[in-house]
Amino acid sequence: MHIAEGFLPVGHAVGWTVVAAPFVVHGARAVVKEVRENPESTLLLGAAGAFTFVLSAIKLPSVTGSSSHPTGTGPGAILFRPPVMALLGTVVLLFQALLLAHGGLTTLGANAFAFAVVGPWVGYGACRLVRALGAGLLPAVFAGVALADLATYVTTSFQLALAFPDAESGLAGALLKFLGVFAVTQIPLAVGEGLLGILLFRALTANARPELERLGVLRPAPLAPDGGPA
Amino acid sequence: MTRRALVTVLLVLAVVALFAVPLLLDGGNSEYGGTDAAVAAELEADGHSAWFEPLFRPAGEVESGLFALQAALGGGVLGYVLGRLRGRRPARDGDTNP
Repeated sequence: MHIAEGFLPVGHAVGWTVVAAPFVVHGARAVVKEVRENPESTLLLGAAGAFTFVLSAIKLPSVTGSSSHPTGTGPGAILFRPPVMALLGTVVLLFQALLLAHGGLTTLGANAFAFAVVGPWVGYGACRLVRALGAGLLPAVFAGVALADLATYVTTSFQLALAFPDAESGLAGALLKFLGVFAVTQIPLAVGEGLLGILLFRALTANARPELERLGVLRPAPLAPDGGPA
Repeated sequence: MTRRALVTVLLVLAVVALFAVPLLLDGGNSEYGGTDAAVAAELEADGHSAWFEPLFRPAGEVESGLFALQAALGGGVLGYVLGRLRGRRPARDGDTNP
């Protein structure tokens, strides 16, 4: 999902930066507010940032014979709501742009919009929707984490199609072309990331129940029969 | 092994299998090039070129080292947080199961 440095036309690079910037600024304020009002959140915020840091560094093979990397932005969006991930995700992209020549400064706005804004919001929305339909936390986490990953790559494909429409088939043809590279490869990775999300939230529900209840991820249990997990 | 531990092991195995099985079935026929690089190459083939170069480009194996560093930082912090959260448990409810 990293559009390489310098590839987006100047207008698109500036445009996406202008679009993404308010989300990132709002996200920075959300992080500061969370830490100031709930200092005990710092640990879990660290976990959310660390999850996206480690997952976005690992390139995994896919059934298509290509490799790609997960995004890891879902858990933080589910725990703290998406604005927080707008900042944390952008920090990851900045690290990769400056130190790894992966992504870039001119494409930071577009990449941040896909990775740190759309992905987290889609993941958060999917998680809320699945829970509203009556499912438990873990199926909702799976859906949220997997779709945050996939939505990021779909967004990148859309951004590329907008910048480089096909000479004959136009925007739709270019979108199909870029989705063909990104989205199909990404499906098994998104499933794997969803499973990792389940593992993470199993550990959190067992060990950080008070925090999850305060964040509204789990409803407070009126009676804990034995204090242990089911 | 408790049912909970069994589920954890099965989930980990499922994740490993999800990425290992395609590699094994493929038998070394694919390059496993990155999708990001594939798109950049495709754009260059279509006559688009980058108008801005990265300020710093790690040479050779330094890049893989920096990727490993990124993963290590993330994994380290994640492990620290989960360890601290887990460490609270025995004191709270006397649970000593591993």
